[in-house]
Amino acid sequence: MFTATPLNRRSYRNQSLAKAVFFLMTVVLVIPVLLIVGTLVVKGAPAISWEFLFTAPTDNMTAGGIFPALVGTIWLVVVALLASVPVGVAAALYLSEYAPDNLLTRTINLAIINLAGVPSIVHALFGFGAFVLFFRMGQSILAASLTLAVMTLPVVIVATRESLQAVPQAFREACWNMGATRWQTIRKVVLPNSISGILTGVILEVSRTAGETAPIMFTGATAFVAFLPEGVLDQTMAMSYHLYYIATQATNVPEELTFGVALVLIAIVLMMNAVSIGFRVYLRGLKKW
Amino acid sequence: MVEVAGETAVVNGVPGPAYDEPPIIEVRDLSIAYRGKPALSDVTLDIHRHEIFGIIGPANSGKTSFLRALNRMDAFNTAMEVSGSIRINGKNINDWRNEYALRSRIGVVFPLPVGLPLTVYENVAFSPRLRGIRKRAELDEVVERCLTRAALWDEVKDRLDSLGSLLSGGQQQRLTIARALSQEPELLLLDEFSIAVDPVTTMRIEDVLKELRSELTIVLVTNLVQQARRLADRTAFFLMGELVEIGATEDLFEGDVKDKRTTGYIEGRFG
Repeated sequence: MFTATPLNRRSYRNQSLAKAVFFLMTVVLVIPVLLIVGTLVVKGAPAISWEFLFTAPTDNMTAGGIFPALVGTIWLVVVALLASVPVGVAAALYLSEYAPDNLLTRTINLAIINLAGVPSIVHALFGFGAFVLFFRMGQSILAASLTLAVMTLPVVIVATRESLQAVPQAFREACWNMGATRWQTIRKVVLPNSISGILTGVILEVSRTAGETAPIMFTGATAFVAFLPEGVLDQTMAMSYHLYYIATQATNVPEELTFGVALVLIAIVLMMNAVSIGFRVYLRGLKKW
Repeated sequence: MVEVAGETAVVNGVPGPAYDEPPIIEVRDLSIAYRGKPALSDVTLDIHRHEIFGIIGPANSGKTSFLRALNRMDAFNTAMEVSGSIRINGKNINDWRNEYALRSRIGVVFPLPVGLPLTVYENVAFSPRLRGIRKRAELDEVVERCLTRAALWDEVKDRLDSLGSLLSGGQQQRLTIARALSQEPELLLLDEFSIAVDPVTTMRIEDVLKELRSELTIVLVTNLVQQARRLADRTAFFLMGELVEIGATEDLFEGDVKDKRTTGYIEGRFG
């Protein structure tokens, strides 16, 4: 009666094997992450201090801190966000809630996915041609941020669209049946229930923006300015470009300084990701179904 | 029995269907297809004010598509193609420039209750708010009245601020009925409302519907032929996209039919 057949035993064996293989792959995935973070912490931590965070570099970048780069990165990220979030969220709302499912819409969707696949150096050259030269913004925070915004738009659009589409269609139909317009439905039911996903997408975009080097190196980032930017038309230092510069261009930079910069940069990104995850957990708790 | 007394018929003391007035809904040669695949063809029928109009038929007969066409939901579904004409109150529904205003006067109840992800109160206040009612006292009044009519008030009056989706299935269905009533509709479309509701609740809702008939017109799509018998003044039998026949409900159930398939379905020989 209750005995395992050979087929049962084989299924059981295969299941154990599959589990072991998947576990191994996960370990393989985690190892490089631990190695990178571990190396950065071990080699970079001695460089970190309040002085390091809050003073400008000195002696041809071989000493001093990173304050102008830190501030510059914040400028770049904030301006890029201001440009990309309204455009991206609005475009995603149109594509997901209004656009008919036809050839044009599908082409646009395909174009957005392709835009996400364009290498960042190509975005950089585009930004240089379009914003720096054609629109005469010069090398500035504005030009660099707009380049970053164009590059990260697909992330915002895709994240927003996916969270919109996670809202059950039945909710929309119930609203429409009561005579609500599409916009009323979006405002009262769809957005309140997708905002967590949208915010998560936006924060992930921020962390990506903070780490990018190529798109800003021709468009607004500079190796050294002693003062902080005062407006969007100033050039600025930035963490990622600063790291690139001291690691490859400047000479006689102490190793611990380089690792210190890398550690701060990765800490910023990880912190933003943590905030993003925290946000998602919090907002999911508010979800109504 | 229906006795015609002057202007309106009276059934058991409640004003019955107004057969001598022009119909509230006139459907002519209505055909519905999804991407060219027909779901309903050449339906012509009239529905009268204060009538409960039953529609019976097996799955895939076009019953739900018929309701969707009445509400112009094809506007939200590019795959749905509607031809022929539907007139409500004498006006072709395609001539309503503001289709949202049309829908706001038609209440719809789905087979599975769709509680919006809002509180019980806000579910019912949703449509009044769309109509521009802002005053809390006025909203309170509408919410209480509609929940009472839907036989739900006593069960939820102490938890109006909890989520609608936390109610039981039968309560949620009464919530969606309260929501439909909050639209102050002239027309109520019910699509197999009792599919997820226990028999006791079904009976309570049926009692509510009988009372509502004096105020509005009800189109009742049902998979329970006995429910049509209990409620509907006239009943239409849809089969595989075809309107087989329409008749006074009693006639159909007593075998006074034009098409033998109707009796076959009613007696459960197929479907």
